[in-house]
Amino acid sequence: MSPNLTHLQQLEAESIHIIREVVAEFANPVMLYSIGKDSAVMLHLARKAFYPAPPPFPLLHVDTTWKFREMIQFRDRMAAECGLDLIVHVNVEGVSRGVSPFTHGSALYTDIMKTEGLKQALDKYKFDAAFGGARRDEEKSRAKERIFSFRSAHHRWDPKNQRPELWNLYNTRIKPGESIRVFPLSNWTELDVWQYIHLQQIPIVPLYYAAVRPVVERDGMLIMVDDERLVLEPGEQVQHKSVRFRTLGCYPLTGAVESTADTLPKIIQEMLLTRTSERQGRLIDHDQAGSMEKKKQEGYF
Amino acid sequence: MAHQSELIEKDILAYLKSQEEKSLLRFITCGSVDDGKSTLIGRLLWDSKMIFEDQLAALEVDSKKVGTQGGAIDYALLLDGLQAEREQGITIDVAYRFFSTDRRKFIVADTPGHEQYTRNMVTGASTAQVAVILVDARKGLLTQTRRHSYLVSLVGIRHVVLAINKMDLVDFDQQRFESILRDYEQFAAPLGFASITAIPISALNGDNIIEASDNTPWYHGPALLNYLETVRVEDDTRKQPFRFPVQWVNRPHLDFRGFCGTIAAGTIRPGDELQVASSGRTSRVARIVTMNGDLPEAVAGQAVTLTLTDEIDISRGDMLAATDAPPRLSRHPEAHLVWLQDEALQPGKIYLVKTATAVTPGRVTRVQYAVDVNTLEQKQVPALGLNEIGVVRLELDRPVAFDPYLQNRETGSFILIDRFSNATVAAGMVISAAPLESAEAQLTEPPSSSEAGRFLPRRFILSEFSISGTEMGVADLTREWGPIEFEVSTSFLDYLGKGNRILFRLRDVGQLEPVARMAYEHNLNFEFGRDQDRVNVILYQDQQSSVALHAELHGGGL
Repeated sequence: MSPNLTHLQQLEAESIHIIREVVAEFANPVMLYSIGKDSAVMLHLARKAFYPAPPPFPLLHVDTTWKFREMIQFRDRMAAECGLDLIVHVNVEGVSRGVSPFTHGSALYTDIMKTEGLKQALDKYKFDAAFGGARRDEEKSRAKERIFSFRSAHHRWDPKNQRPELWNLYNTRIKPGESIRVFPLSNWTELDVWQYIHLQQIPIVPLYYAAVRPVVERDGMLIMVDDERLVLEPGEQVQHKSVRFRTLGCYPLTGAVESTADTLPKIIQEMLLTRTSERQGRLIDHDQAGSMEKKKQEGYF
Repeated sequence: MAHQSELIEKDILAYLKSQEEKSLLRFITCGSVDDGKSTLIGRLLWDSKMIFEDQLAALEVDSKKVGTQGGAIDYALLLDGLQAEREQGITIDVAYRFFSTDRRKFIVADTPGHEQYTRNMVTGASTAQVAVILVDARKGLLTQTRRHSYLVSLVGIRHVVLAINKMDLVDFDQQRFESILRDYEQFAAPLGFASITAIPISALNGDNIIEASDNTPWYHGPALLNYLETVRVEDDTRKQPFRFPVQWVNRPHLDFRGFCGTIAAGTIRPGDELQVASSGRTSRVARIVTMNGDLPEAVAGQAVTLTLTDEIDISRGDMLAATDAPPRLSRHPEAHLVWLQDEALQPGKIYLVKTATAVTPGRVTRVQYAVDVNTLEQKQVPALGLNEIGVVRLELDRPVAFDPYLQNRETGSFILIDRFSNATVAAGMVISAAPLESAEAQLTEPPSSSEAGRFLPRRFILSEFSISGTEMGVADLTREWGPIEFEVSTSFLDYLGKGNRILFRLRDVGQLEPVARMAYEHNLNFEFGRDQDRVNVILYQDQQSSVALHAELHGGGL
């Protein structure tokens, strides 16, 4: 008889079950694809769930126009390789108003380009379920969110009025206009994700690996000079350092860490030996106390 | 994790290899308000070094600002995620936490102690294998301790840790510890836990959490973490008869038709014979398909895609099952129901019943009784209100495949959904799925236990209880492959005497004999008919012929 299932095999099975349940119960699901490592794992699990068919839903990327260039290249390549439709949505209203992380501050910028952009896309395509790669270990308010997380017609999350979620029986009932955010990786930790990428040899954006890149030091973070839109402030200097990214987002808001970890085992090794948690590289979480909870209530993923 | 930091530094690949074989344990912590649950979990996270520097910095700031430990580190703040909770100083919803040691990954459900949030505890417990029940050493057992223990047993958790906390506040008094344990063992005896492990702890100071404490030289059991790392949770689902609720039919092109789902019980290999629970049609497994290649075998817990050797009609909602021990198809399951919603249960109202295989409209036809969670006594109630637990009889729109919950959590559980608000209003656990109550507990014994046992007739007790329903009762024998016999109760005869009729669905005409014999022995009538390949018998009591028979027996003659 086969040995007992390992923790990764159990997590994988749970996620596949969740993904299939959504496809079976919803009319118009979509997978939010953020191009990061969690999205990579989620997409891989979706492919496994429906093999030999491709996943029967499109990918949606809410493009803030400030993503790393390598992320965009990687995104287009993966969608093509997996045989999936890729929907790229940009909040054109935000763009036309010139909203940028430099001019509007990270909080307002994120709200307009990400949260508003996401809502626009969900409304435009009338998706009734949207997969997201969030994990409960990332942030305190996420620890309490359901795997099938109900959103009102205004995309709001009500943390005090969540549906009880028992066994693996997910309540997928919604009224027109309402939707469900689904988090198949809820029970994965950062280490689980890395280990799984390692075991399954899942492709990830090269930015996760250390390389010499041009960076400037700003507000205590190392920001990569990914294109000409990053204007140096007085006293700032472009330095070439061996850096990598523990998390990927908009380049002006995503801090690099100095590192020489250029292979997956080295990345995992580095992660295990450091004592700084993952989302610290993102500016947006530190804006105000309980800031993620606030963003989520407003519809941020 | 801390123990292996040397290996991580020196040989990361060896470390990664060692982590591949880790198992997963899900447990729940429960107890009353202020018993120190959040502090305990915070401590476990802390001591397994899963707290990172920036979280620590935030924790220090928060501890000074809103902490309850006079500015010292307040571990509870690691967990109280929602702002509202911080303000009220209580945990108001289930939170899931993760930590990991060299041996295991742990998923912890932290559940509230407040009485009105029982629903969250049931939610957290539904996926847990072990429960850590906290008791304040100064207070002993409370109403909530009893309630939580009962809920834990109800949702099928077999291993309980009685974590007697705040031992530092009773001077680590052995007598106090033992007297609480004695009280608890007495209370929990009827709950049928496989093991109760009492551990004297101080979550705040760390006594007996990670390592044995010097303050309790009289205690020789494991520290809490050591227990959690080593407790063996019996996982016998893979030895049970095969169960595969079909989630999705994968048909990318005409040459491929795969059935996707998660194996709920048993083990499967190509060539194994299966049957569709609803139709009884059989086929064999052709392939077990995964993206990493076909598998020679798959076991309970794995999410796979099966292809079969025959083209038979199977869709989402069907269950594929072992042919020698199929699940019960029932329209009238009896179940424990935990009511989760402010608006009380309305018997007779249509709800949606979501099971492992399907969503079926159904109603509660009768609340047999409610359970007083403090005394475990049964009480008669018209309905169930928020946080009430009872035993009910359901009537479903169509037969659904079930196993008893005690045998299989996946195929024995269901939720009720309100059709209008879409709220999840109740959690259900099937006690008995059969419309006919079998005299022997055949569903819990291993399949094909002995050759001799196979040929003993299966005995069914027919009672009014077993066929209750608002319309014609149905006794489904199509799942029975061996000899059967019936035992008829007075209430069953009374039920027929009132003009009620029972439909027997037979697998084949051979099953007619025991039904006919029963009818003969109890002066009942039956009508016989075929529909497609099924045989139906309607059993009833004809008042007139009964009178005639009566006359004949008493010398009247015909």
